[in-house]
Amino acid sequence: ARSGSPLGARLLAVLSRDHLTEDDWDELEETLLLADVGAGPAGELIDALRTRVRVQGVSDPAAVRALLREELIALVDPTMDREVRTDGAEPGTPGVVLVVGVNGTGKTTTVGKLARVLVAEDKSVVLGAADTFRAAAADQLQTWGSRVGVHTVRADRDGADPAAVAFDAVKHGKATGADVVLVDTAGRLQNKAGLMDELGKITRVVTREAPLTEVLLVLDATTGQNGMQQARVFGEVAGVTGIVLTKLDGTAKGGIVVAVQRALGVPVKLVGLGEGPDDLAPFDAEQFVDGILG
Amino acid sequence: MFNSLSDRLTATFKNLRGRGRLSEADIDATVREIRRALLDADVAVPVVREFAAAVRERALGVEVSGALNPAQQVVKIVNEELVEILGGATRTLRLAKVPPTVIMLAGLQGAGKTTLAGKLAHALKGQGHTPLLVAADLQRPNAVTQLSVVAERAGVPVFAPHPGNQGAVDVDIVIGDPVGVARDGVAYARDKQHDVVIVDTAGRLGVDEALMRQAADIRAAISPDEVLFVIDAMIGQDAVNTATAFLEGVDFTGVVLSKLDGDARGGAALSVAKVTGRPIMFASTGEKLTDFEVFHPDRMAGRILDMGDVLTLIEQA
Ligand SMILES: Nc1nc2c(ncn2[C@@H]2O[C@H](COP(=O)(O)OP(=O)(O)OP(=O)(O)O)[C@@H](O)[C@H]2O)c(=O)[nH]1
Ligand SMILES: Nc1nc2c(ncn2[C@@H]2O[C@H](COP(=O)(O)OP(=O)(O)OP(=O)(O)O)[C@@H](O)[C@H]2O)c(=O)[nH]1
Ligand SMILES: [Mg+2]
Ligand SMILES: [Mg+2]
Repeated sequence: ARSGSPLGARLLAVLSRDHLTEDDWDELEETLLLADVGAGPAGELIDALRTRVRVQGVSDPAAVRALLREELIALVDPTMDREVRTDGAEPGTPGVVLVVGVNGTGKTTTVGKLARVLVAEDKSVVLGAADTFRAAAADQLQTWGSRVGVHTVRADRDGADPAAVAFDAVKHGKATGADVVLVDTAGRLQNKAGLMDELGKITRVVTREAPLTEVLLVLDATTGQNGMQQARVFGEVAGVTGIVLTKLDGTAKGGIVVAVQRALGVPVKLVGLGEGPDDLAPFDAEQFVDGILG
Repeated sequence: MFNSLSDRLTATFKNLRGRGRLSEADIDATVREIRRALLDADVAVPVVREFAAAVRERALGVEVSGALNPAQQVVKIVNEELVEILGGATRTLRLAKVPPTVIMLAGLQGAGKTTLAGKLAHALKGQGHTPLLVAADLQRPNAVTQLSVVAERAGVPVFAPHPGNQGAVDVDIVIGDPVGVARDGVAYARDKQHDVVIVDTAGRLGVDEALMRQAADIRAAISPDEVLFVIDAMIGQDAVNTATAFLEGVDFTGVVLSKLDGDARGGAALSVAKVTGRPIMFASTGEKLTDFEVFHPDRMAGRILDMGDVLTLIEQA
């Protein structure tokens, strides 16, 4: 089939051939796939890399790997602003952080860990237990709060209106001059319209009392391609401003956030590295990429 | 953009109707599409590789029949292969000859174990059993409280001699004696003539050696009739690592796929079934006690490849 192409193009193809075998390229692609980067983004990354390798005449697999590392880091973008906004947006209002996500990703745990960090910075913190659905969710949050001496605003019964609880928490924070109010919400799958409406209502009702300064989407690092859908829908409904990538202490790499960041521009701000109170860290682009590349 | 694999395959084959046999090039193009669809559904890379090879092999021998176009023909093969792996050993709970039947739950953090404990208890109670829940997760803050609430909602008793982590101590150290609680729970059930015991355990990572050993110790202490591995349908490529670690750690006897009420395609079902050979027994499909059903391999196959419509067409042909 080649015979039909113009001589110049054929010549270029021969002269600038890269020296990696198809197996080398497959292996690189598999590294990305195994980290949950996704078939689409992984294919594009490898194609771009192939072009670059040909143009630059790189022939050593190790050097190509280094280039891939470079590309990935550029994609994850170490220069992005990843500060968690906990300062009040207006004088007299606390910073309000809303924590959202699908079931079981680590929202309540993350709120507990964040409270600990803020208290260590001498901030006064109030927790809002706006998960009124799951069994013992408020108890779980309160346990985290009591450990660092932080008050938890909660409903007096299961099934209470979560928006009302969130509102009360922010109101309480405002009245007591708290620096930050952290609001924990119930896990909900993004395809459940009723539950997503409820989340929309929580954000609207809270905003009446004080502007939301940060909306954190908690993504579980073990999540596969569905993570993209989660980020999209939660982004639309709740105006997500940052991502917390939890459970990075396991074998999962969390590669889905590469596509999420690229498609939605929402930065990963924090990572969860365990179940303990100190297992929360700022996101580090290079460390994350090195995790993916093994 | 084509939405589903069936659309894409139909496009791949649009000029093929009526030809006698699929060429190797046609089949390679098809297998590429299938590979991509499986990866998009989070099926593990090694499983995709093996699966694609098997489909290619079978597709090469295909005679294009009158009733089905080549796309349908290949989809049919893919579906059959999928159902075979997913449903290879479908079965229901094994009850002990001498009660109580002991069921142990295990899995990653947040997979849905405690919720499942309630669902199982509720379903078994409905069938006339007298289940007892045992709170052997002393680690996660208020896990014991959660199980107690779940038990109350399900209308079954809970054995919870230890309050578990109530915040006074750091979660990094092991709290109480979960092995002892599990053992005592089974003894208590025997004594009080409960015919089923469901032991909820803490979530743990496959790489956490200390906690995996603890899970193995619990298993050894209670000799369960079933060890159910609960796995989140949203999990990606890590499914293989995790399932392998739990297979080695607690040698689970069956799998429960949770959060299937979401819109994840659930490729993990295929990965876990293929890599461990253990049957997927139940699907958890919501947060309520009744959101729980027997696993349907055929539905899952259609879901993974997003091709329910084509299957209907094939059935009609
Ligand atoms: N290994 C590990 N486990 C974590 C991490 N973050 C949370 N967990 C565990 O994951 C499980 C679920 O955490 P929760 O904080 O209850 O999750 P959630 O999102 O609030 O769950 P729902 O409110 O039920 O949706 C618990 O067992 C936590 O201890 C992490 O970074 N690493
Ligand atoms: N939508 C949906 N949510 C579920 C399902 N199963 C469990 N959940 C939710 O997932 C979250 C975690 O469930 P748990 O039962 O606490 O999970 P676990 O495995 O016991 O968690 P740990 O004990 O922390 O390891 C809760 O919010 C549950 O309500 C399901 O099938 N569908
Ligand atoms: Mg929670
Ligand atoms: Mg649990």
